[in-house]
Amino acid sequence: MLLKKKRMSDYIIAFVILISVFLCLVPFLYILSQSFSSNRAIVSQSVTIYPIDFNIEAYKVVFADTSMLYSLFYSVILTVGFVLLALITTILAAYPLTKKRLRGREFFLLMMLFTMYFSGGLIPDYLNIKNLELLNTPWALVLPGLMSVYYMIIMKTFFQSLPDSLEEAAHLDGCNDLQILLKIVLPLSKPALATMSLLYAVFRWNYFQDALFYISDEKYYPIQLKLYNVINISQSFAGENVVVNLPSEALKAAAIMFGTIPILLVYPWLQKYFVSGIMIGAVKG
Amino acid sequence: MVKKGVFYYIKHDFRLYLMLVIPVAYLLVFKYAPMYGIQIAFKDYNIFQGMNSSPWNHFETFKQIFSSKQFFQVVRNTLVLNGLDLIVGFPAPIILAILINELVWTKFKKASQTILYLPHFLSWVIIGGIVAQLFSPTGMLNSLIADMGGHTFPFLTDKYAWVGTYIFVGIWQNAGWGTILYLAAMTGIDNQLYEAAEADGAGRFKKIWHITLPGIRPTIVILLILQIGNIMAINFDRPFNIQNNLVMDFGDVISTYVYRVGIQTADFSLGTAVGLFQSVICLIFLLSSNYISRKLGENGIW
Repeated sequence: MLLKKKRMSDYIIAFVILISVFLCLVPFLYILSQSFSSNRAIVSQSVTIYPIDFNIEAYKVVFADTSMLYSLFYSVILTVGFVLLALITTILAAYPLTKKRLRGREFFLLMMLFTMYFSGGLIPDYLNIKNLELLNTPWALVLPGLMSVYYMIIMKTFFQSLPDSLEEAAHLDGCNDLQILLKIVLPLSKPALATMSLLYAVFRWNYFQDALFYISDEKYYPIQLKLYNVINISQSFAGENVVVNLPSEALKAAAIMFGTIPILLVYPWLQKYFVSGIMIGAVKG
Repeated sequence: MVKKGVFYYIKHDFRLYLMLVIPVAYLLVFKYAPMYGIQIAFKDYNIFQGMNSSPWNHFETFKQIFSSKQFFQVVRNTLVLNGLDLIVGFPAPIILAILINELVWTKFKKASQTILYLPHFLSWVIIGGIVAQLFSPTGMLNSLIADMGGHTFPFLTDKYAWVGTYIFVGIWQNAGWGTILYLAAMTGIDNQLYEAAEADGAGRFKKIWHITLPGIRPTIVILLILQIGNIMAINFDRPFNIQNNLVMDFGDVISTYVYRVGIQTADFSLGTAVGLFQSVICLIFLLSSNYISRKLGENGIW
């Protein structure tokens, strides 16, 4: 394939892809340049994909607002905690269900699958959280999403793809199911576990609806809810005197970048595991 | 083999059953308990009386819903937005995947994939913020239009234009990421097929049409069925973060409507009933689309 001559259509296809890539990036470039541009430049609508009158005033305001940094930090802790608990729950469901000999396996599987097709709905979910007295606690953002049945099935498919002979050998050596899970299955599943963690982490980091529904106390605001308020109500910044001197557009842009940067920082890693993991799930499933 | 009693199995596999305790408890408390709460759709729910002792209201809530114009409007909007996503949004990743697959420069291919996947990892809050900046009357697009001598275009404020913006943003966010499953399916296509076709003198387009597309057909069918099955389901984050007060005629969908009547105005019975209506229709759609796919000879979702 490498030796083949490049044809005209190769260049056309490459050009189309290049345009798509450009379209993907333009919005970021615009927001980035806005966040570094001056009041005058933004108001006169001359900012496009590079900053004009470069300055970092907007970022100074964003970083001076301790509540933004607090929400960011809080979201990190929330995400880590959620991923750990979700991973444990998912494994505890997926592993037993790989055992064909397990009595009641179909029942448990059906019980889980059913929740993929039918749910109580937004309001019964809300009332349930309310009755459990979880409103306005971090638990409202952790417990309701503890296991995605879809991810559980991917995990189960992965476990099933491991060679049976290893488990049988361990069984003959006197290991019980728990020991087999901990000493053999999980160490062999590291790539799948990494993928699963990232799937859950991205879900928790980006999900906004539950925070909007369940959290009204600012000290439990995750970053998305905080950002939502900043973007939609510019006055929620701590230093309001400073705001007067700045176009709210630059501030919003800086806030958007503030929310995007954490994702960009872990992105190379994210992408690698996401793609390989999804491929495994897709090909084997 | 001697048939053994139930207790033998429970004793033999008690560790496996113990493992299942946590996920099953989770499902009961956070998934099945809310289903029990659906009953308030058929009751005059009153916080002080609680769920069980609130009086039944003889389908009063449903009569109220089906006589309300707004309900039909949000159902229509949900179907229209999802339908457009299906017609315009569904082919986008397929086309993109085919183009990516045809790229001959490996490094360029990898780099562009990396960038094309990026929007998928951003929250709708952030995308909503970007959209508001980009498409606003003073945003970049309108500045460019003005530079070229055109008039300001109401991307976000005219309801028809807003629908276009909504669909476009969806493609922007998802088309790149959506290629992954198709690309995975394409790697499974036997290379000999392409070589044979080449020997027969097939051009690039013929190879795509006769080999690549049939090769990813099962993936297309499954994803299509999933999306058709979800035509009544709409997530909350995307419409909520893109809509604004000026376009609610077209922008208000079931999820955001339930949020407003159910949580903001605390009409829990109404919100639950609308949600139940949606869930039931969703279930019917999902089951029947799966049934059809089995009849067609493709693998079902299960």
